[in-house]
Amino acid sequence: MRFGVVVFPGSNCDHDCLHVVKDVLGQPAEFVWHKDPDLSKIDCVVLPGGFSYGDYLRTGAIARFSPVMDAVKKHAEKGRPVIGICNGFQILLEAGLLPGAMLRNESLKFVCKFVTLKVDSTHSPFMKHLKKDQRLSIPVAHGEGNYYADDATLKKLNENDQVLLRYVDNPNGSREDIAGITNEARNVFGLMPHPERASEKELGSTDGLAIFQSILEAV
Amino acid sequence: MKAKVYVTLKKSVLDPQGKVVQQALESLGFSGVSDVRMGKYIELDLGAVDRAKAEERVKSMCEKLLANTVIEEYRYELN
Repeated sequence: MRFGVVVFPGSNCDHDCLHVVKDVLGQPAEFVWHKDPDLSKIDCVVLPGGFSYGDYLRTGAIARFSPVMDAVKKHAEKGRPVIGICNGFQILLEAGLLPGAMLRNESLKFVCKFVTLKVDSTHSPFMKHLKKDQRLSIPVAHGEGNYYADDATLKKLNENDQVLLRYVDNPNGSREDIAGITNEARNVFGLMPHPERASEKELGSTDGLAIFQSILEAV
Repeated sequence: MKAKVYVTLKKSVLDPQGKVVQQALESLGFSGVSDVRMGKYIELDLGAVDRAKAEERVKSMCEKLLANTVIEEYRYELN
């Protein structure tokens, strides 16, 4: 499977993501500059973490209008996998590819630590190697990861089994402890924790690797 | 034509910054402030357009970019 890691001005987890899919998983992978709208050779799009466009206006608000995002939308419409991690999740929300929005953390502090996640649903190509209610230790690093959606949207997310990951001990005030969600078609996945920072023993956890391994079987 | 745009979190969305500022005011002795909402203030110079056109453009800008209507509301003044 060929991975394409999108690089926006201000992305800073792009190299980590490329390293994991290329060196740890041994898959072909390349960077995709945000002005390059050609994703025809890419199977799985990765929107990495960072501070695209300096988080100006709102996190992800400007990146959403990058030329590559039209291609990402088309890629998603074809049912092909897209994963957005941290800032990548924020961009997917601003682009309307996932429902809801991000608020400042309830504590107003940037939270950077390992958290425990609960697998709430495995109904996703990104969760094939995981079990329901399994606990994962994966770090978060964000100032705006406080997931918000109105009651009607939350109800829909729950009914459709779209919440894939929840925090065991909520670090940011997210509604219903939501850490990661998927779209109705289940091919777009956004999460605040950083699985690419928990994919090698040397880094303290390999719990994140299962997410990348799962997607290998999807295409 | 110039526009002043004010973007704030919706009433239904908790504003942690506003809450902290309210508590700080309270501790300074400014009691009786029942609510504080923080937001963004944006000035736009729209050039020479008539009021109706300006209104239409600013509204569209707010909906598409300046505010995220999932969590925020906006209002604007034209002059």
